[in-house]
Amino acid sequence: MLILTCPVCSVTAEETEFHGGGEAHLTRFGPGASEEEFENYLFMRENPRGVHFERWRHVYGCGKWFHAARCTTTLEVFGTYPAQTLEPPKTLRAQISKKRPGWFWRGFE
Amino acid sequence: MSKRHSTGGRLLNREKALHFTFNGQKFSGYEGDTLASSLLANDQMLVGRSFKYHRPRGVVAAGAEEPNGLVNMGEGGRFEPNQRVTTTELFDGLTARSQNHWPSLEFDIGVVNSRLARFLPAGFYYKMFIHPRPFWKYIYEPFIRQSAGLGQAPKEPDADTYEHFYHFCDLLIIGGGIAGLQAAKTAAKSGARVMLIEQTGHWGGRAVVDGGMVDGDPVDNYVEQTVAELAALDNVTLRTRMMGAGVYDHGYVLGYEQLRDHLPGSMGPRHRLWRIRAGHIVTATGAIERPLSFAGNDVPGVTLAAAVRDYLVNYGVSIGQRTVVVTNNDDAYRTAFALHDAGLSVPAILDARTGLGKTDMRERAEARGITVMAGHAVASVKGGKRVTGIAVCKQEGAGAVVQEIACDAVAMSGGWSPVVHLWSHCGGKLQWDADHAFFRPDADKAPTGDAGQPFVTVAGAANGALKLADILEDADAGARAAAAQIGHKIRKSKSPVAQREEEAPLEPVWLMPAEAEVKLRSKAWLDYQNDVKVSDVQLAAQEGFESVEHAKRYTTLGMATDQGKLSNINGLAILSDALGRPIPQTGTTTFRPPYTPISMGAIGGEARGEVFQPLRRTPMHDWHAAHGADWEPVGHWRRPYAFVRDGERLKDSVNREVLNTRRNLGLLDASTLGKIIVKGPDAPKFLDMMYTNMMSTLKPGKCRYGLMCSENGFLIDDGVVARLDEQTYLCHTTTGGAERIHQHMEEWLQTEWWDWQVYVANVTEQYAQVAVVGPNARRALEKLGGMDVSKEALGFMEWADGTLGGFKVRAYRISFSGELSYEIAVDASHGLALWEKLMEAGAAFGVMPYGTEALHILRAEKGFIMIGDETDGTVIPQDLGLDWAISKKKEDFLGKRAQARRHMTDPKRWKLVGLETLSGAVIPDGAYAIGEGTNANGQRNVIGRVTSTYYSPTLDRGIAMGLVLYGPDRMGEVISFPGTEGATFKARIVDPVFYDKEGEKQNV
Repeated sequence: MLILTCPVCSVTAEETEFHGGGEAHLTRFGPGASEEEFENYLFMRENPRGVHFERWRHVYGCGKWFHAARCTTTLEVFGTYPAQTLEPPKTLRAQISKKRPGWFWRGFE
Repeated sequence: MSKRHSTGGRLLNREKALHFTFNGQKFSGYEGDTLASSLLANDQMLVGRSFKYHRPRGVVAAGAEEPNGLVNMGEGGRFEPNQRVTTTELFDGLTARSQNHWPSLEFDIGVVNSRLARFLPAGFYYKMFIHPRPFWKYIYEPFIRQSAGLGQAPKEPDADTYEHFYHFCDLLIIGGGIAGLQAAKTAAKSGARVMLIEQTGHWGGRAVVDGGMVDGDPVDNYVEQTVAELAALDNVTLRTRMMGAGVYDHGYVLGYEQLRDHLPGSMGPRHRLWRIRAGHIVTATGAIERPLSFAGNDVPGVTLAAAVRDYLVNYGVSIGQRTVVVTNNDDAYRTAFALHDAGLSVPAILDARTGLGKTDMRERAEARGITVMAGHAVASVKGGKRVTGIAVCKQEGAGAVVQEIACDAVAMSGGWSPVVHLWSHCGGKLQWDADHAFFRPDADKAPTGDAGQPFVTVAGAANGALKLADILEDADAGARAAAAQIGHKIRKSKSPVAQREEEAPLEPVWLMPAEAEVKLRSKAWLDYQNDVKVSDVQLAAQEGFESVEHAKRYTTLGMATDQGKLSNINGLAILSDALGRPIPQTGTTTFRPPYTPISMGAIGGEARGEVFQPLRRTPMHDWHAAHGADWEPVGHWRRPYAFVRDGERLKDSVNREVLNTRRNLGLLDASTLGKIIVKGPDAPKFLDMMYTNMMSTLKPGKCRYGLMCSENGFLIDDGVVARLDEQTYLCHTTTGGAERIHQHMEEWLQTEWWDWQVYVANVTEQYAQVAVVGPNARRALEKLGGMDVSKEALGFMEWADGTLGGFKVRAYRISFSGELSYEIAVDASHGLALWEKLMEAGAAFGVMPYGTEALHILRAEKGFIMIGDETDGTVIPQDLGLDWAISKKKEDFLGKRAQARRHMTDPKRWKLVGLETLSGAVIPDGAYAIGEGTNANGQRNVIGRVTSTYYSPTLDRGIAMGLVLYGPDRMGEVISFPGTEGATFKARIVDPVFYDKEGEKQNV
């Protein structure tokens, strides 16, 4: 059971206090999108061994959504940050690079 | 025979005799006994039968690794199967029965399987049961069901109580042997909060049986002193009878404490499940002795060498009077010495090591007059339900007998395996130690925590340190490293020093004799409980099961309740040999929690009966209960299904409620409906995205029925939206949907449109709501007095604030029944008072409360859909003919793009229609309509299914709704729905609105 820190209310808590919400930083496609764009948005997900960015909600706490950068193999949590952003913060990406040189995830590295 | 000696037994209180029964026979033992030791004291060697061949089984171990001694324990509400005799502490009045035999333990019919062993090889089930098919149904399955499972399932509810505990500590040390004790002692100096847990009722583990000197004192004294020191410290918590069951992510541990298994009848919970979050974990879980694989190693009386020692030293019990020791290492000599020193006969030590020279242990044995036969092995064991002798052969060779020795017990040792389970649970890796022939934790590949730090350290025998002096050193070093890991410093201090005993190295022996022929190999057991033999694993390898995980499942090696504690390493060594590759390349199977089985009661904890789950009650709940409510669970709520009057059958109550609502006046407690306030300058824009309808154009004072879809296009909820003012809406959701839809809205607001100025609040429990329904609805409200509820003042699909009967209310003119209907919302605290006032005012107008079933029938008669009946997560609004509720003007809403996908616009999607049976009967719920022809599997093609089906008292006939292929284009056509037991229902496709098609009654 993971330990996560909510970046909104700063509480560090057990996984049972949170709820996972799948991959972070999806771009929404709506009417006007091609079949391929829309299907990619709806169904295609990263499934990396290693660095991953995912959405969590502090459901039994402040109720806020946030993002976590996590290693799917060692379960190390590199950091969490508020959901109101289109990409992982630069400082966090630099921290991950120190621990996992050469990592990349979708367009980010 | 096995028997109790008049002296000895360090755990016994011989002053206190305890009485118990086994298979109905009366026995006695002493306080301090285990069930195993007391059975052995009474010469009850035979304790059970094996799973597949029903072979006689005796106790083989003395601890948690025991695979054979499993019994049904207790009676009635305290009955429990598969209880391990070696870890069950004896108490007065204990009742136990052996398992897996018929008709009796001594005489068992199933043993015939043993004679058929040649025909029951590895993978037997897979090979036999494929063809022919009818055999499966009529022969194999009944046979397997009859013989499957060892114990019996309890028949009565558990009479005991259980609880969960939450605990936080800096350092959790699992295992109260000398390694755990020393680790705790060292770590406690740092000031860290330390918890030390031990699965048995005693501290000190093996060391107190095996003896030795620590700092010039006997090890018993060291254990006693250390426990006393630790108990006096405020920062140390000590628990016995508590097992570390599993290690999970980021330092989470489940502890299983058996509080009252040894004290039946005393007050308090029986088991406690500890949910522990530790900064760091030290596993000091010791090691388990391995059996040797020789023919007949499963005959009762063949026992692990260390267990023989345990029974003698701890309980004063000898397994046999003439015991042959067979070993590949020095440790088993200690058993020979202990037996000899107790005056028992040890005819020989068969030491399989071919290169054994003059060793210290050998000299000590020979000094006692014990014959040591170097390079020799057991060719076979004689005896059926009990060892009567052995045939001796050379270890090198095929098993030519050189000598026979009469004996009634065999003490075997194939070396030791560190207990690496807890280390491995959360990803710790192992390395093969060729010198000791075991897997040990690879300290460089520890399970890692949230910051990437290692969070488990292994100490003592679990880490591969098997000698007393090494164990203490390793534990001290491990505790220092663990404390440092969590930022605690330990000042340098002298750690205790134990006296060293020289030991000659072990020689791996995986099969005895090395070139054993198939006749011997097929009698050499690896897994005693599941009857897996050396020959089975070799067959699996030969048939291509090269992965250890595949071989395990094919042979069932290690799949019994002991989870391979004895069989794992021996089995994979045989597999490796058969595949001609080294053991580390074969690897181990995965270690999964719990370490030994834990009770279902402990997992459930307090969550049973009334407190299983919190129950949500509306303000009128108690009134309903007092008026005959037959409850239906809806989400976490309980809603009245119907209000049953004295002498009434449930379905009669439902029909009465429906008819009365249509003719007079019905009251429905609608408080459970979800109510969500959506407020802010961007609220109209936001709701346009959430609903398929246009909500931004709704005028304040008006209501609109809305549909909500997921981004996949599927319907997820529906309900009436009221616009309270320019920037405020109140959205009704389904009863089960309030929390879900509130979170759905929050998700989109927080993660996609976070710049939109909108707040949402779930106010479901702030309001009580009463639906006042029927032709007399207006008259009843007018009798209460207050606000104007006339057609002119409050039209259909409008709402207004006002007072009624002195209550401050919000009245919505909405209808889910097709009748004239008002939903009156009031502060929750006034809900019951309003309800009672309405019942009083309605008395003159024939008022009756109605429940959820009447609500369902009323809505079905009108063709209104119900989320969860007409929808199942794959239905889009267009399937239900709800195109009118989907805005064509809006550029975007959740689900719009998805509903344009190819499959969503396919004309072959099943669509909603009404169904009228030709006979007037009610079609079974969920029935499928049959079409022409068959599909690829030879099943008849289906062309639709029933989604809602009821007896309509209003129309006095069965009515149904369903999704049907080309349904709306097939009005008047008759299709058939097969029911159960050969019945077929023919139904005509009709309009889903069965009653008041023009909708005049609700709009008066």
